[in-house]
Amino acid sequence: MSKPLKQIHLAAHFPGVNNTTVWSDPKAGSHIEFSSFVHFAQTAERAKFDFLFLAEGLRLREQGGKIYDLDVVGRPDTFTVLAALAAVTEHLGLTGTINSTFNEPYEVARQFASLDHLSGGRSAWNVVTSWDAFTGENFRRGGFLPKDERYSRAKEFLATTNELFDAWHGDEIVADQASGTFLRDAKAGAFVHSGQHFDIHGQFNVPRSPQGRPVIFQAGDSDEGREFAASSADAIFSRYAQLEAGQSFYTDVKNRLAKYGRRHDQLLILPAASFVLADTDAEAEVLAKEVRRQQVSGATAIKHLEFVWNRDLSSYDPEGPLPGIDPDLGDDHISKGRAQVRMYRDPLATAREWRELAAANNWSIRDLVIETGNRQNFIGSPETVARTINEYVQADASDGFILVPHITPTGLDDFADKVVPLLQEQGVFRTEYEGPTLRHQLGLAHPDEAAAERAAS
Amino acid sequence: MSSTPASPLHLAVALDGTGWHPASWREQVARPRDLFTAGYWADQVAEAERGLLDFVTFEDGLGLQSSHYGELDGRTDQVRGRLDAVLTASRIAPLTRHIGLVPTVIATHTEPFHLSKAIATLDYVSTGRAGLRVQISARPHEADHFGRRTFPPISLEELRTPAGQERLTDLFDEAADYVEVVRRLWDSWEDDAEIRDVATGRFVDRDKLHYIDFEGAHFSVKGPSITPRPPQGQPLVTALAHQTVPYRLVARQADIGYVTPRGAEDARAIVAEIRAEQEAAGRADELVHVFGDLVVFLDDDQAAAEDRRARLDALAGEPYESDARIFAGTPAQLADLLQELAAEGLTGFRLRPAVLGHDLPAITGGLVPELQRRGAFRTAYEADTLRGLLGLARPANRFAAV
Repeated sequence: MSKPLKQIHLAAHFPGVNNTTVWSDPKAGSHIEFSSFVHFAQTAERAKFDFLFLAEGLRLREQGGKIYDLDVVGRPDTFTVLAALAAVTEHLGLTGTINSTFNEPYEVARQFASLDHLSGGRSAWNVVTSWDAFTGENFRRGGFLPKDERYSRAKEFLATTNELFDAWHGDEIVADQASGTFLRDAKAGAFVHSGQHFDIHGQFNVPRSPQGRPVIFQAGDSDEGREFAASSADAIFSRYAQLEAGQSFYTDVKNRLAKYGRRHDQLLILPAASFVLADTDAEAEVLAKEVRRQQVSGATAIKHLEFVWNRDLSSYDPEGPLPGIDPDLGDDHISKGRAQVRMYRDPLATAREWRELAAANNWSIRDLVIETGNRQNFIGSPETVARTINEYVQADASDGFILVPHITPTGLDDFADKVVPLLQEQGVFRTEYEGPTLRHQLGLAHPDEAAAERAAS
Repeated sequence: MSSTPASPLHLAVALDGTGWHPASWREQVARPRDLFTAGYWADQVAEAERGLLDFVTFEDGLGLQSSHYGELDGRTDQVRGRLDAVLTASRIAPLTRHIGLVPTVIATHTEPFHLSKAIATLDYVSTGRAGLRVQISARPHEADHFGRRTFPPISLEELRTPAGQERLTDLFDEAADYVEVVRRLWDSWEDDAEIRDVATGRFVDRDKLHYIDFEGAHFSVKGPSITPRPPQGQPLVTALAHQTVPYRLVARQADIGYVTPRGAEDARAIVAEIRAEQEAAGRADELVHVFGDLVVFLDDDQAAAEDRRARLDALAGEPYESDARIFAGTPAQLADLLQELAAEGLTGFRLRPAVLGHDLPAITGGLVPELQRRGAFRTAYEADTLRGLLGLARPANRFAAV
């Protein structure tokens, strides 16, 4: 018997603060006006996507001690814009990236429980960590958290918010006008948590929300991050959208589930994926190259080289050859507030490799950055893109994708109109939403059912 | 009453649960089971907008409601539990067009950086109708929810002693710093910072983004905000004030202070004190609104209103007491009272409906037409932003080069 076809999950990442987003295109609209968010969310909902995804950064990025000005800068507050989007959508899940370092569990639990009530059960939380003193300068406690404690804080943060979400069971509010009993129990919402990072107690003041708890996403890639996901997350926002890399990540993470008593279908793997569509594959290839050139201006190419060289390279010509000098290996990195710099673990080797590549191909600095940068994940006609996405999912490279368009706010329109119908025809993507809550779309049990199942087994 | 036409009043309604009377949830018109749904709040704000009100405020708190100031009361016969006020306001913003949305924020345990971008975002999603009402919390049980500070036990009586006042002063000083940070962050982007200059590849002109470099006794914040300057430039800052320490906060930092005069003479004295503090703070030439807070029971005849109040008090098992004056009567009597208090210098009122499902429609359908007949209230929304409704110009950016 052949394996049944997996159903694909699709989500929409609002384009944002990175050089994937092409703000220089004449079609590019506002990144901050609410109308852009409405267009984007309603397009995703029209296409029956599972959810919208928002990233977050809590300090404007800097390079060489100055605010980085070449990418989109500025974004709304995550919770607040998601609450407003709940008013203009009905089924779309609302996933927010919220930091566990520069927040407190009681407040974050209130915000997610409130968002879940206000959206009728559509909230999700991408739990991220941060430890840098740079971001801490915007917050009460500054850079209080040592790097090696960020996952232990994140784990305890999530466990603590779960205790708060579970402090109400759902049957406490009687609201019997005749007898005058509003609450069944005077201790409703009672909680006590005493741990390494948090020592709190009292009564939580938001009653049980429709989903019980928000759907939990995790995005880290380290061994610790993967264990955190396997133990505690409902879904992973990963960066492995290619076939082989995706399969290897998928197998690795799903195999970690058993030790936590969890099944393979209780953790979804959803990589971020970019795409370029055109009428034919050949046209799409040409367009994809143009987009990559738009994404890497001459100025962006120099700044990108600085990540590796860790030096001010502003005197170099982006259309000229690579620098002859070697990278600065000092600890104080030229770039602040972004994760990308951690990708280059051996800058001397990368610099040597890039010089050789550039010399062999007669590439300028800008050519090199474009050619060594990420190719879009799915390039082609709607038929090609639909077929490839389905093949990847059926081959267990993922359970679906979080699509990252390069144009705000219309970058998802063609995908919604041209690719989604093909996936629906193939019977691998929904034509109607499965139920009112995000857990319904993702095929995840309500936490109460999940708890009952664990107790029975 | 003076025969010259009164200057138009501003009117706001304070939304809290099913209304301000603790037994309000037991009335037939109350919808206690809907309190945790968006639809309930959408209906209340739509009603307020039908009445052309300037804005609504949303109460909030970091702990369960209690009939005692400093501790939980263990009661099960009153509404307990609430949704986050900023998120509730934001959820309603796309469903309304003119009315201002002013959620309560608690300065004591939260991050001014987060809150500043949250209210800026509320201003974006409402296209210029956001404000905040800043509150402190001295409650030990709320501090225990955060575990970063320990507050000693406190009661309302103790708060009135010199030692209690000292504690409050410290929390209000922190709130003043908090508002200062929030306001600086709103200005940390100049309006034209986004340039999208394709020739140089620059999305923003970073000379128009500003570090705020705030350093205070309770926190330091670097900036700039991650959210561009909101549509109003500076959304509204409001605060409830009962005595000198908070009057000073209003005078130094706020656009609107809510005060609780018992009568005309009291109103005159409060307004004078705030105006003097305003002058001392160097803001004499700025428009700072002083709104009177009143709890209202409104019915077509006074006896009905008084009966309703008595019936609710009986249901609650004790007479309802409030920091604000409690009014029970007809729309015309309330209009008289508002005009009498306005003559003492109050520029508007924030009404607290005793029973939201009854008294809010009585405000929009009874009081508002009565004031309109007297030429004392708008007959159509005259501005697109909350600042505009309140006669406040869009302020210049403090960081912009002149």
